[in-house]
Amino acid sequence: MTLKFVGSIKPDVTTDIVYMMCPMHLLKLEEKMKELDKGQILEILTDYDGALEDIPGWCEKTGNEFLGVEDSDEYYKFYIKKVR
Amino acid sequence: MRKCYFDYVATNPLHPDVFDAMLPYFKEDFGNPLSLYEPGMKARNAVENARAQTAALIHAKPSEIIFTSSGAESNNFALRGIARARQKEGKHVVVSRMEHHSVLNSARVLEKSGFAVTYLPADKHGAVDPAAVKKALTKETVLLSLGHASSEVGTIQRIQEIAKIARDHKVIFHTDAVASAGNIPVDAKELGVDALSMAAHQFYGPKGAAALYVREGLRIVPLIYGGIQEGGRRAGTENVPAIVGMGKAAELAAAELPARMEHVKKLRDRLIEGVLAVENVSLTGHPEERLPGHASFTVEYIEGESMLLLLASKGVYVASGSACSSKALKASPVLLSMGIPASLAQGSVVFTLGRENSAEDIDYLLAEFPPIIRRLREISPFAKGWEEKEQGNKCYTTSPESQSGS
Repeated sequence: MTLKFVGSIKPDVTTDIVYMMCPMHLLKLEEKMKELDKGQILEILTDYDGALEDIPGWCEKTGNEFLGVEDSDEYYKFYIKKVR
Repeated sequence: MRKCYFDYVATNPLHPDVFDAMLPYFKEDFGNPLSLYEPGMKARNAVENARAQTAALIHAKPSEIIFTSSGAESNNFALRGIARARQKEGKHVVVSRMEHHSVLNSARVLEKSGFAVTYLPADKHGAVDPAAVKKALTKETVLLSLGHASSEVGTIQRIQEIAKIARDHKVIFHTDAVASAGNIPVDAKELGVDALSMAAHQFYGPKGAAALYVREGLRIVPLIYGGIQEGGRRAGTENVPAIVGMGKAAELAAAELPARMEHVKKLRDRLIEGVLAVENVSLTGHPEERLPGHASFTVEYIEGESMLLLLASKGVYVASGSACSSKALKASPVLLSMGIPASLAQGSVVFTLGRENSAEDIDYLLAEFPPIIRRLREISPFAKGWEEKEQGNKCYTTSPESQSGS
């Protein structure tokens, strides 16, 4: 999956896991996506570089839509749309 | 010979119910909480139950509790973790000179990594003036750390008032509540703090289990890297028996707190009255706003260590200054920061009481203490008084540059 860089996406839910250790980005992603309704957008804030590969990969595997990533100064903002 | 333990601030004996709660997790329920099968799930449930019990003691959410190994680790984690998480917003930290070494030495580590640190003095009662806190905060300040209650002089700080000042200045406020949590009511939300350290062995739980309360939404850089224990914020396989013990101890403390406080306060008041009857002995710390089981004194013309050893020879176990200072045979920095001269600070003695103490223990102490003091004064080279040197109790700020040559 190609990495998409985006800006100004409005999320429905935000989860801040900056400074939390790997693989919290995947565990939180799974946990939060369960709470979302179809069509809603999740924003994950993380400083973990490995998420650049892991989060798009998770979306591909689970059939959810990876909307893109925004690179801010200290951390990344990932946007995922719940499809299934 | 009678044995009287009056050093509850050093550590507490384990509550028998706590010991019983811990036992299965040393034996049949030994699983790793991260394991996916049944023994792992059992251990995980036990840890999460303990988290809820610990959170309830300080009126926090379970998700706001991070288990650690000691009060010192919690303090290191708070100081270094919060300051580092906020360093882009500013590089100034404020602590008081009353703090435990785990706070002060963490502050010194921050200095070496480029932070400026302000060390606030206390007044003669060991209280930090909220106005002095306000004055110390700058646009660069990202973290303030002040202990809730002093383990050395028992003084309880005006945390609520200081928390409001911190909030108004958008400064994160950590309090070291190791001496207070489980001994007096501690409500993290009511106090208005963002982070709070506590340790199980200060309220009849085991050593090796402690916690850091981190307000929901507050970022903290881990101190220990590894796996995803404690929500990915503190790695390492959990000390399940000790954590279970901490939870049980917290539950018991919450239920028994008023009775425990009344018990030790009654004994403490008699102890203070009796000890102050010996001439040239003064109470240290605040006369009213102090921990209910805490009585600390300076005894003129003798050294704390000699008092401690002679009392121990009579089966009476007490402290002189902090446990660390006692061991290092140093005048307590806490007493010095209150403006007490070094010569007098050397003669410090601290009695801290707990649920196992009785009125008979106080009778025994009050019978043994005066003759020990008389005997020590007879042989003291200072018995006729000493030259007092003025000790500074001023506020000072270090800059990273001032550290470079040290």
